Amino acid sequence: MDIKCLTAVELGKKIGVGEVTVREAAEAALAQIEKVEERVHSFVTVNRERALERADKVQRLLDRGELTGPLAGVPMAVKDNLCTEGMPTTCSSRILENFVPSYTAEAVKRLEAAGAVMLGKTNMDEFAMGSTTETSYFGVTRNPWDLEHVPGGSSGGSCAAVAAEECFYALGSDTGGSIRQPSAFCGVVGMKPTYGTVSRYGLIAYGSSLDQIGPVARDVTDCAAVLEAIAGHDPKDSTSAKKESYAFTKALTEDVQGMRIGIPKDYFGGGLDKEIKEQIYQMVRELEKRGAISEEFDLNLVKYAVPAYYVIASAEASSNLSRFDGVKYGYRTSGYEGLHNMYKKSRSEGFGPEVKRRIMLGSFVLSSGYYDAYYLKALRTKALIKQAFDRAFAKYDVIIAPAAPATAPKLGSSLSDPIKMYLSDVYTVSVNLAGLPAVSVPVGTDSKGLPIGMQIIGDCYQENKIIRAAYTAERIRTYARPQLAAAEEKGGR
Amino acid sequence: MADRISDETIEYVGILAKLELSEEERTAAKGDMERMLDYIDILNELDTLGTEPMSHVFPANNVFREDVVTNGDGSEETLANAPVRAGQSFKVPKTIG
Repeated sequence: MDIKCLTAVELGKKIGVGEVTVREAAEAALAQIEKVEERVHSFVTVNRERALERADKVQRLLDRGELTGPLAGVPMAVKDNLCTEGMPTTCSSRILENFVPSYTAEAVKRLEAAGAVMLGKTNMDEFAMGSTTETSYFGVTRNPWDLEHVPGGSSGGSCAAVAAEECFYALGSDTGGSIRQPSAFCGVVGMKPTYGTVSRYGLIAYGSSLDQIGPVARDVTDCAAVLEAIAGHDPKDSTSAKKESYAFTKALTEDVQGMRIGIPKDYFGGGLDKEIKEQIYQMVRELEKRGAISEEFDLNLVKYAVPAYYVIASAEASSNLSRFDGVKYGYRTSGYEGLHNMYKKSRSEGFGPEVKRRIMLGSFVLSSGYYDAYYLKALRTKALIKQAFDRAFAKYDVIIAPAAPATAPKLGSSLSDPIKMYLSDVYTVSVNLAGLPAVSVPVGTDSKGLPIGMQIIGDCYQENKIIRAAYTAERIRTYARPQLAAAEEKGGR
Repeated sequence: MADRISDETIEYVGILAKLELSEEERTAAKGDMERMLDYIDILNELDTLGTEPMSHVFPANNVFREDVVTNGDGSEETLANAPVRAGQSFKVPKTIG
């Protein structure tokens, strides 16, 4: 048995019955990290000693019967914008290079209570601003399916780590597609829950009204199990929702009988790669064979989503990132004259170009004289987008769409034209503006051998419908492993 | 619509953003922002008259709690992150002249 090939829930079962020890599981993941990390670079920080120590502790709790549950003892990784007590949390930025939080994010705490063994922190676009993980201060992450391509972003490290079998699942965060797009590029399952489902306490904020933490997993079962562990009301996050049920794993059934699927025509027009369109349509036909009913419709407003998103996200970012001033934590410049010069120089030296670009844009759209024309206009557009989704969900249970207009681009081909890069978020940002849940599931690969992701969008708090659709889709097209993992096996023994 | 961002505007935004830009960065920022704003201008095609700005999708209410300390004394861990500290304080340059 090759431990690293198991899904999180499969591994959890084997640990539960004593077939695999927690230390063996952690060692298997750490061995894979050792083997592939030099090429993939999914992590900013790996802490071997801490992981093994934690594994032994979880084993003791399991042995004493104090810990049960599907994820107990399973090694995982956490995006580096989630605070972890005693372990550096950098947001892949120079400004937080030496930051060690004194507390742990609520979502991570909940996983720890479920017996998670954290291996380390994953690479990302600096402050989650980017779609390729190339804006990280600590260097790029490569796509395990083809090392010449990006893993997507901003949760590129989390998705690459899961695809390269360096961990069994990971946490990511999604402000405009940052879980779903890299999940599509890396051929893994990634979900952005309804806004308010997972506490944002301890998540270093980018666009607070859009940010949501979610799971990145090898299959839909793992995705639902992780979501079930991290979801729930938290008084420490004032936007946290209080729901009656967070039972997501009960939706893991192969049943789309009578499910009404809406296909937004404007998501399948020009600009979408032909192979992606064909494979998603093929999957929809398969779902129809199993009793689903699909219909094309006009969602409208699609071209307004990206500009509205960048105004709102940049505005919130300019406010949220004002806390980085070189006083209480983070980088401080070495030479300065007076307080304001210290602030300015610390920030200018600590932030990378994409972060500065968004802080500048955000400061501009919030400044007096431009606030109404840009910021309020974007918030009004957001209201119209939400109404368009409300009309769609009056007719459909789920909406099926691409996760991105193309498969993973080559490294070094995206950053030179920011607007072009922003446009690649066209199918994901609306979901954040409207607060909706959505999942990306792999449906196949293109002629270059790169994964294609299909996005399933649900109405607010209808996670269980998208999990049911995703689970059924997965039965039709099961998880394929990246060539990196397959090549290792051929060459490795 | 080019040239809407004057040098003074970039200077002013730099002050708001608390960023010190080099001459080169300033020129780049000007170009970037102009291109972005040209692109964002397509929002003007939309008739939003009578549509209220939506800051939160769900009704957001203030959440109150009793003013009771629950997280203990973390001052040492907190100060450990300070770029410069002086005893039990964060050290900053002189703030008043």
